[in-house]
Amino acid sequence: MSDTSHGTGGLAFDKSKRAWPNEVNIFIALVLIVLIFEALGQLLPYMKGQSMLFDFNSRRDGTILNMARIKIIILQVSIIGIIALGVTQVIITGGIDLSSGSIVGATAMISMSFAQTELVNGNPNPKAIFGPWAMDLPILVPIAVGLGCGLIAGSINGLLIAYTRIPPFIATLGMMVSARGVAKWWSRGNPISFPTDEYAAISNGNLVDGLTFGVFSESWIVTQVFDGQNPAIYFLLLAVLFHFIMKYTVYGKHTYAIGSNEDAARMSGINVAWQKVMVYAIAGMLAGFAAILLTSRNVTAQAGMGFVYELDAIAMAVIGGVSLAGGRGSIIGTVLGAMIFGVIISGFTYLKLDAFYQEMVKGGIIVAAVVLDQWRQRRAALRS
Amino acid sequence: MSDEIVLKTEDLTKHYGGVHALEAADFELKNGEHVAIMGDNGAGKSTFVRQITGVEQRTRGRIWLYGEEVNFAGPLDAREAGIETVFQTLALADDLDVPDNLFLGREMTKWNWLGPFRMLDYKGMRDATVAGLERTAVKIPNIRNTIRNMSGGQRQCVAIARTATFHSRLTIMDEPTAALGVQETAQVENIVRQLKEAGEPLILISHNMRQVMDLVDRIIVFRRGRIVANLGRDETDGQDVVAYITGAKTGAEYEGAA
Repeated sequence: MSDTSHGTGGLAFDKSKRAWPNEVNIFIALVLIVLIFEALGQLLPYMKGQSMLFDFNSRRDGTILNMARIKIIILQVSIIGIIALGVTQVIITGGIDLSSGSIVGATAMISMSFAQTELVNGNPNPKAIFGPWAMDLPILVPIAVGLGCGLIAGSINGLLIAYTRIPPFIATLGMMVSARGVAKWWSRGNPISFPTDEYAAISNGNLVDGLTFGVFSESWIVTQVFDGQNPAIYFLLLAVLFHFIMKYTVYGKHTYAIGSNEDAARMSGINVAWQKVMVYAIAGMLAGFAAILLTSRNVTAQAGMGFVYELDAIAMAVIGGVSLAGGRGSIIGTVLGAMIFGVIISGFTYLKLDAFYQEMVKGGIIVAAVVLDQWRQRRAALRS
Repeated sequence: MSDEIVLKTEDLTKHYGGVHALEAADFELKNGEHVAIMGDNGAGKSTFVRQITGVEQRTRGRIWLYGEEVNFAGPLDAREAGIETVFQTLALADDLDVPDNLFLGREMTKWNWLGPFRMLDYKGMRDATVAGLERTAVKIPNIRNTIRNMSGGQRQCVAIARTATFHSRLTIMDEPTAALGVQETAQVENIVRQLKEAGEPLILISHNMRQVMDLVDRIIVFRRGRIVANLGRDETDGQDVVAYITGAKTGAEYEGAA
């Protein structure tokens, strides 16, 4: 047995590598991007030395951080971020989901039509889709309808991919086109408006206050941090939930296994087809939930809602280190990727630059993220 | 060494459409025995293994494992019955670590009422992995390293370590050293010897004549989907085996087979 010690030379390196997960790199990138914006804020003469994330003049929030901007950074990416949580799982299986934006559109229309209120300022709802039977329904009805729509659309994706073996790109491309058609057909292109107060409160009410039964109503944490931030709270709670699921459950392990080596997963007895159906169904359901939040926040639903959200969601995952080849990536990475998105959008607003610059830079960052990741992989492969 | 028959096949046949990949294979493996399967590319070696391990469904024929007739619906069935296979394509998930790979598809779990979301028992799997690696004398510096970051030899060792971890009743290795360097090959061969000492039955598919002569008790030669020779290692030599592989010779009892 003289030879079995071969390979022990890698021991020290292996340990040090584990202590440096990719998420740390992405976090560093996030910090660097913030620093670049801060530096530009200090250097550009017209900014007059304003800071992006700090607010030294006013301590009314009880902190020197510019809470308003930080909240906006998270809030504006949280609805697409929720979609990205599902897309992350899909990409980890080695697939892709192009349909999430259209699923948002279709689900927005369908769930909103079950959330309408009968009387608007004493007059009948001018945007009514159904008769009185669908008016003022309990809040759980539109929520269940919305989640159900997303689940069904996602399951169709999953079943097509798992059992007809067509590439995920094609299956979800089909769903992308069809679901958008459903969104437009549902009310013949008309917007659907005037939801019940409860439905509007899903996004706009004070969730933390509601969950704690008003005990902390007057406290700083409720009035300053979580006020009107419901999508952000849902996003962070779902991120924690799915981080846990992906890391500590059989579902998560099999998702990684399929993306890592589908044949190995099959030979190991994993029901690959069923696992894929579950992953796409969950991604669809998350898109459905995003639609509920979006319509609740805007108190209206339009057929064009969620347009190209799928690409932003994919970009968040990719910036967050999720490999399009499958098998690698994490929920934490995607959350950080979403934050990088949020910082860029807010940063350009803060620098008073027009939105088209944002898009140019966003595109560059997506490509740079993948280039850096591949370079990192190659280096790791060379060293081992 | 007991004379108990570990694996017996009778008339095992597999057709892919019109292609007769495996034709009427009768095979026996005794307890503690190490048998090599040799043959040219496309001779039916891997097809034979895929029928035994339930990866594919045979066209006809019967299989007995420890005297009990078996019909595996899939590879998991075969594994649960105690057949561990080290596949030619490694069947490891590159992005997962050693315990994850060993337990892939049969994870130790808790909170099973959660269905697909039941919790993984990471600690239990790590402990069992360490115990399994010790039993095969496989040394892997850090079992929490992902397979991607391991050398070819280490990967093969991980694949083989499954055997020891699950107290398998039959190990099948499909070209375990085909892609390995000299040193790594030696490492894998040592593990095979270890299994021999432990009395674990083994089927080894290999092209490497020296390795086969070194490691096994008996050599079965396949040619064009049929078994053409069944040779005791001590009664044969490399030249002889090559003659069977190439078709220059055919075993007396298999005359007319191919």
